Amino acid sequence: MTSQTETRSGSRASAGRLPNGLAASAILSGAIGVFVIGLLTTLSEASSAVGSALNWYNPSGSLTGKTGVGIILWLVSWVILRGRWGDKEINLGSVLVWSFVLLGLGFLLTFPPFFELFK
Amino acid sequence: MSMSTREFWGLIHGIVLGGTFLLSFAGGLIWLYSLRPEWLTAQGLRSVTRWLRSGTWVMAIVAWLTVLAGTYIVYPWYRAKPPAGADLRLYPRSFLLAHPEIAEWHKFGMEWKEHVAWFSPILATVVAYIVWRYGEQLAEDNRLRNAAITLFILAFVSAAVAGVLGALITKNAPVI
Repeated sequence: MTSQTETRSGSRASAGRLPNGLAASAILSGAIGVFVIGLLTTLSEASSAVGSALNWYNPSGSLTGKTGVGIILWLVSWVILRGRWGDKEINLGSVLVWSFVLLGLGFLLTFPPFFELFK
Repeated sequence: MSMSTREFWGLIHGIVLGGTFLLSFAGGLIWLYSLRPEWLTAQGLRSVTRWLRSGTWVMAIVAWLTVLAGTYIVYPWYRAKPPAGADLRLYPRSFLLAHPEIAEWHKFGMEWKEHVAWFSPILATVVAYIVWRYGEQLAEDNRLRNAAITLFILAFVSAAVAGVLGALITKNAPVI
């Protein structure tokens, strides 16, 4: 822990700036959360068993499970990615490409004319 | 002039919280966009960054409160199943589905709104985190600033889709 802090401090001091890994981990994990919500939206249309499993709170139905799983995976992936990238300079362009692909898919998978194809 | 509990919470969800997020977006976008060393003095940069740090976190919190109030307070009233012989006007989802000419407001409108709205707080939180951690460094890093602006716009778009659809659904079948 101490060495990690020292490494981070050293990295900041030498470069005079925060490494971009912190931002990359936040962006990619957010995109993962959005994609998971989209994926579960389509999956619950395709399978009533999935829809039932995601019904965590009956008055609000499966929306609670879709968003609950999405938020959990967003936060877990953020912690993991931050641990791996937090003190590093990484290829932000590549992360952005993957993130916007996931975001685009997330929007598509929640669009009713699309997910109703799997009903 | 009176307001039911359901109307009160609909107002909190749609107008107070959702409206606050949508209206504050323009200010946040201008601040983010103007975060450039060639446009601001050193003091201006510090001042804008300070406002952005607090403003983006407030927007993220408001976005979370909006979707939580919508999903766990208002939505259960919208989708409640009516008992036999009930007045369907008190059950908006069933009311819409019982009238083919307005059923799409549920099948398309609510089905999209309830899901896409959740993207907004996630993306707003990511933007708030980046602004909080990087602050003035964003002025020097065009790629990261542009990425934050794009995510901020996507957070707004998802909230705007949800807000507009919510208003139109409420016009056809209000939660009363």
